[in-house]
Amino acid sequence: MSLAHDARVAVRPADVAQRPARTWPEINNPAAWIVAVILLIMPLIASGFFLIEIFATTLILGIMALSLMFLAGYGGMVSLMQLTIAGFSAYMVAVFGVSGNANISLGWPWWLAVPMALALATAFGTLGGALAVRTEGIYTIMITLAIGAAFYYFTNQNWAIFNGHTGINTVATPHFWGVNWRADIPFYYVVLAVAALCYFAVEYLSRAPFGLALQGVRDNPRRMAALGFNVNAHRVAAYAFASFVAALAGVLQVWNYRQISPGSVSVGACIDVLIIAVVGGITRPIGPFIGALIFVLLRTFALDFLVRLGLDGNRFRLLIGLGFLAIVFWSSDGVIGLWQRWRQSRRPAANRPGGGRGHG
Amino acid sequence: MDSVAQRLSAVGAGAALELRGVTRLFGALAALTDVTITVRPGERRAVLGSNGAGKTTLFNCITGDFAPSSGTIRFFGEDVTHFPPYERIRRGLRRTYQISALFPGLTVQDNVYLACRGVSRGRFSLLRPGQNDALMHAADNLVQAVHLAVVKDQRVAELAHGQQRQLEIALALAGAPRFVLFDEPAAGLSPTERAELIEILTSLPAHIGYIIIEHDMDVALRVVESVTMMHNGRIFKEGLPEEIQSDPEVQELYLGGGHE
Repeated sequence: MSLAHDARVAVRPADVAQRPARTWPEINNPAAWIVAVILLIMPLIASGFFLIEIFATTLILGIMALSLMFLAGYGGMVSLMQLTIAGFSAYMVAVFGVSGNANISLGWPWWLAVPMALALATAFGTLGGALAVRTEGIYTIMITLAIGAAFYYFTNQNWAIFNGHTGINTVATPHFWGVNWRADIPFYYVVLAVAALCYFAVEYLSRAPFGLALQGVRDNPRRMAALGFNVNAHRVAAYAFASFVAALAGVLQVWNYRQISPGSVSVGACIDVLIIAVVGGITRPIGPFIGALIFVLLRTFALDFLVRLGLDGNRFRLLIGLGFLAIVFWSSDGVIGLWQRWRQSRRPAANRPGGGRGHG
Repeated sequence: MDSVAQRLSAVGAGAALELRGVTRLFGALAALTDVTITVRPGERRAVLGSNGAGKTTLFNCITGDFAPSSGTIRFFGEDVTHFPPYERIRRGLRRTYQISALFPGLTVQDNVYLACRGVSRGRFSLLRPGQNDALMHAADNLVQAVHLAVVKDQRVAELAHGQQRQLEIALALAGAPRFVLFDEPAAGLSPTERAELIEILTSLPAHIGYIIIEHDMDVALRVVESVTMMHNGRIFKEGLPEEIQSDPEVQELYLGGGHE
């Protein structure tokens, strides 16, 4: 612009050069490095039970919740169908691949069945998103919940493809290069690699034009249209990306349990993903993984803990519910919000950065 | 008939903005009735009128936030009546909002960067801008131009009101604007900030025309060459600033009409 003619506003090149590095914010964070190292050497520390039932399960749920975090945290769209997309992807792996239900499964090798499942689940989620973006707020929640509920009942009643309420069992998992990739340690690394990939992809996108525009759509869709953006196209594209992430989690999930049935895509499970994302915090991509870890630890150990107190072990959801209430009450951005506030309270006020990340 | 239509379209071809018979109904309420306005490229015009005169509805129809109930809108000769807002913006139309419409969760720099990105290619780009990104430099320059360089890395939610108003203007000047709609840009500004606003408006390149809605006559009449007076959703009077100011009917209606 030729506006900058005033002496006060003469461009100072030094100012421009001092722009903070926009690359990887975590790279100078020692805590992030420690977590990364622990995750990498986990098989040396943890038993097979912990490796798969706790950490791999956490990472898989974390990826699903990450797809919701991307939509809700950056796009302001609360989608309750992320688990449904993952479940659809899991079903497709079982249907196109090899399973114990030979009359249903087409018996494709995994390297054909998985891309097929990813493509179909992404298309499914994008289509659902295209319906959902016509609405805002609570109506988006209702439409995506309706899609989730419809899919659950459909899988229950459809025997030709989804095998009704029994689902599809003994789904084959990949074996190649002489490795059984479903054995505990290789599977853990596969899950870790996919989770890391998704995490860094979301982190990277948050500062790319697509991700920034999505945050603009979250903050003020009308203004985004008045800046030249096709808001609905942006929202649908966000659903497409989030659906792909959820679909990846679905593939890992069906390999983890080696079966998929309507119980895995129930409405309750859809809402669990929302709880995980909100408890962890939806302002940053690390939040969903923290939420998933809390959820999995509670689900696994709350039972023993409650029985020891003389209560019904099945009440672990009560603990999750109370935790959810407490978090929502004290921190609108989940556990990471509590953590950030605790760190800021320990820092002298003058050193505080001008702007936090994410939204308020 | 035919020759009249031809002559009308010939008139439209030379205009930056041409509204013909634009009416906008909200239920039974006519917010705009049969509004016909022609603005030349580079022309600077004020739209005056009391609250409820239809000024902001006029802007919303021009940008496409609302579709007009009837009538046509041409932008540099092209019929944009049924275009979505983003298509009009990509053709060089810009607007600001009476109540700042910014992105409070993002930094000043990112707000302006989005404005620059919105009117260029790569809106869906998955690659982060590099050190020498042309749009990032354009955003830097724009941030400097509206005196916001010192706060460019702050989140917009933390800015003072006056700074938000300046950012509001920066967003409307990104890319290559051909025509800008300013909706009460001086609202809530201090006298110093008003002076800065006048300076920004008067230093815009001559080919950029604008319409400004402004209650502050000191601001409005110093930055425009023509005035349109609206009343109850209709065009009430058009003329030079001094004609409008001295018009007894206008004074009765607007200046003396209990408006502060």
